[in-house]
Amino acid sequence: MASGKVNHGPNILVFSTEKISDPAIDMAGLLKLHYPPTVYTIPVPCSSAIKPKWILHALEQGFDGVFIAADGTDCPYGESCTEKTGELVSRTMEMMKEKGLDTARLKMAAICSVCSEAFVKHVKSFSQYLSQSSN
Amino acid sequence: MKQKIGVYICHCGGNISDYVDVEKVRQSIEHDEGVFLAKTTMFACADSNQKEMVEDIENEKLDSVVVASCSPKLHLLTFRAVTERAGLNKYNYVHANIREQVSWAHSDNKEGATQKAIQIVKAAIAKVRNAESLEPIKVKATNAVAVIGAGVAGMRAAIELAEAGADVYLIEREFFVGGRVAQWDDLCITEETGKELITRLYDEVMKHKHVTLFTGAEVVENKGSVGNFTLKVKVTPRHFKLNCISNELQKAIDVCPVEVPDEFNFNITTRKAIYHNYPSEYPQLPAIDMKNCTRCGECEKVCNSIDFSQKTEYLNLKVGSILLATGFDPYEPKHGEFGYGEIENVVTFPQFKRIVHYCDDKLIYKGKEIKNIAYIYCVGSRQVDGENKYCSRYCCTANIHTAITVKKKYKNIHNFHFNRGIRTYGKAEIWYDESSRLGDIYLQSFEHDPPVIEKRGDQTFVRIKDILTTNKELEVVADLVVLVTGMVPRKDNSIANLLKIPKGRDNFFNEIHMKLRPVETVIDGVTISGASQGPKNIMESMNSALAAATKSFELVASGELALEPTVAKVDEQSCDWCGKCEEACPYSAFDKIEKDGKFVARVNAAVCKGCGMCLPVCPVNALDLIGLTDEDVESMIDALIPTV
Repeated sequence: MASGKVNHGPNILVFSTEKISDPAIDMAGLLKLHYPPTVYTIPVPCSSAIKPKWILHALEQGFDGVFIAADGTDCPYGESCTEKTGELVSRTMEMMKEKGLDTARLKMAAICSVCSEAFVKHVKSFSQYLSQSSN
Repeated sequence: MKQKIGVYICHCGGNISDYVDVEKVRQSIEHDEGVFLAKTTMFACADSNQKEMVEDIENEKLDSVVVASCSPKLHLLTFRAVTERAGLNKYNYVHANIREQVSWAHSDNKEGATQKAIQIVKAAIAKVRNAESLEPIKVKATNAVAVIGAGVAGMRAAIELAEAGADVYLIEREFFVGGRVAQWDDLCITEETGKELITRLYDEVMKHKHVTLFTGAEVVENKGSVGNFTLKVKVTPRHFKLNCISNELQKAIDVCPVEVPDEFNFNITTRKAIYHNYPSEYPQLPAIDMKNCTRCGECEKVCNSIDFSQKTEYLNLKVGSILLATGFDPYEPKHGEFGYGEIENVVTFPQFKRIVHYCDDKLIYKGKEIKNIAYIYCVGSRQVDGENKYCSRYCCTANIHTAITVKKKYKNIHNFHFNRGIRTYGKAEIWYDESSRLGDIYLQSFEHDPPVIEKRGDQTFVRIKDILTTNKELEVVADLVVLVTGMVPRKDNSIANLLKIPKGRDNFFNEIHMKLRPVETVIDGVTISGASQGPKNIMESMNSALAAATKSFELVASGELALEPTVAKVDEQSCDWCGKCEEACPYSAFDKIEKDGKFVARVNAAVCKGCGMCLPVCPVNALDLIGLTDEDVESMIDALIPTV
C-alpha cells in the first residue's frame, strides 16, 4: 500500500448518539467528507447520558478535546435532552476549571441525523482551535 | 473478563483495504489482552466467512467476538446472529466501524486511516473484554403502519400490510390517489393504462377493512420511536358532501369564474377552483382548491353538495412503523435549456404524454398539426454540469413506447431520437426493436456535445454531430421538440425533514445499504419505497413497496419488539435516595424502595428506555447503563488514545 500523508493533529474524542448524530458521522464517510483521522467516536444512546467523569477521564488520559455531537431537539427520548445536555456540559466545565483544564477543550453542537457537513465543519474548526491553542 | 476473543478484520472488497492496511491492523491487535484469534477476511458478511466464524467459535471455544467492518447499522445484527448460531450469547459481540468512520472518511490519508482503525479495533476489544451475557427487553409494538403517499407504491404496500393483518393508515397529501401514474395513459409492457392500474389498486384498498385512507392529509408532527410512533395528521376538507350529484357538479364547475394552470396536465391546460383531475378519478368526489377559490358563492347557488363549513381536522395516529412512498417530481428544465420556455414548440415528456392524451385523430399542439417529432434524451439526468449525475432509468423505455404509440395513433409521424445511448434494459428492449422496425431514426451524441435547438423563421431546427455516422452534422426540422426529462426528488419533501430521513448524493431518500438493506433507513421503524428512493419504473416501485411492507410488518407483527437490554442499573450500596434520577427520567422508570434500612432507587426495566438521562445527575455515581458502564467507556477511551 502506498503511504500517504499522516495527520498529527490533536486527538479529539466525539461522543455521538446512536440514533441521531452517529448516522450523520457515517454519512460524512459515505459522502467522502474528509476530517482529521485523529477524531475518534464513542456512540451513546443519548447525549444527556454522558457522565462528566467520562469527559474528564478522556481529557486527563491524553485527548486534546472532547466534542459532544448532541441530539438537540431531535432526541428520540424527549425534548428535555437539549437542556439536560447543556446542564451536564456546564457542570463538566465547572469541574474542568477546578482541575485547571481549559474549558474550550470541551465543545458541544447539535448534530442531526443528516448533518454530516455540519459535523465535519465543527470537528475541523475544533481541531484547528486545539492545534493553535497547544502552540 | 473475556479470555478467548476472536477478532475479524474485513477488507470489504477494497472498500476498507484500499485505504486501511488491514494486515497491519491485525498484527497490531493480535497480542492484545484476551485476543485468542485474529484474522483478516475479504468479506466478513459473506456466507463462507460466517460459517468459518461459527466453526472458530465452536472449535476454539471463543468466549467473545469482534468484527471490524462497516457501520453497525448495517451488520451488527448479522454478526450477533452468527454468535448465536455458534451458541454464544449475542451480547458477547462488539462491532467496530472501520469503513464509514475510517476508510471512507479518511480515504485522503491512508496511514492516518490505518492508525485510527487500529485504535478503534483496540477499543472494541477493550469493550468486549467486559461484555456480559444479556437478554433483550420486550416492549409492546402497535400493530399499525402509516403509509405516506397513495401512489402505486403506497397503495400496493397498504394492501400487502392489510392482508398480512396490520392496521394501515394510508395518508395522501393530494385530494386524489394515484400519484404520477394517474397522469399516464398506456403503460408498457402490459398496455394497461395508468388509470386502470390505479382503479384496480384503489378497489383493493377500499375493500380492506384494515385500511383507512386519508386524502388531503399531511403529517405535521411526529413523536415516539419504533413500535410506538404518534403522528399528528392535518386533514384538509374537500368542501364537498358525500354523494355529490354529477350534473350539479358540472354546473358548479361551469359557473366557477376561477381559472388556474392545471398541474395535473403539467400546465398545458387550465382548470377551475372546483376540480377533479379526470371524471372517474378516486375518490370520486371533487375538491375545492381553497388557495385559488375567491368564495364568490356562485357554485353554492347551483350545487347543494358544496359545504364551506367543513373545517381542517387534526388526528393523532398511533403506529408501530412508517412506510414512505412519496414518489418523485419530473425534472423541470431551466428557462432556455434546449429552448424550453423560449421556443414555443419545445415541451417536456410529461407534457407530451398529456398532449397525446387529448388529441384524437390528429396530433395538434398550439393549433399546428405535428408530423416531425424530435426527442432530446437525458434532459435533467446524467448531467455533466448539473447535480443530477444519475440515470433516471425509466425515460428511454417510456419515451420509445410513447413514440411507438404516437406513430400508430396518428398518420405520417416521423420520430427522431436524439440520444446519448439508449437504455431500454431488460424486457423493454423489444420496444427499441419495434421502434427501429417502424422506421424511427436514432441519432447519438456525447454528453459534451449535445444537440442544438434553433428557431429560424417559423421553423424549429435540431442539429447534432451524429457519432453513429462518424460525426456527420445532421439537422431535422421539428414540428415538436420533446425534452425527455428524468425524475427528481419531490420539491416539497417536508416529511423527510420531519422524520429526519437521510438523503443520498442524488437527494433521494437513502437506504441503509442498497443491496443488503434496500428499504430500511437509519431511523428505526421507517422504511422507504418506490421513486422516493431514486428513479424506478412501476415494476421496480412495486417490488420495493412489497419489500418495505414486509420490513414494516416484521416490526409490528408480533405486537412486541425486542429492544436492546441497555437499561439503567443501580448500585444499591452507593445509592442513598435523593430523587434526582426520578426527576431526570422522562419515563418514570424509578421507584423509591427501602433496602437494608435505607431508601434506594429501583429501576423498572420494562419502563426504562435506556436513554441514560439519569446517569450524569446522580451525585454519588450509583447509576450505570448495562452495556455502557464506566468501565466500558473508560476502557474504550484508554484504548482509543494512540500510543505512537
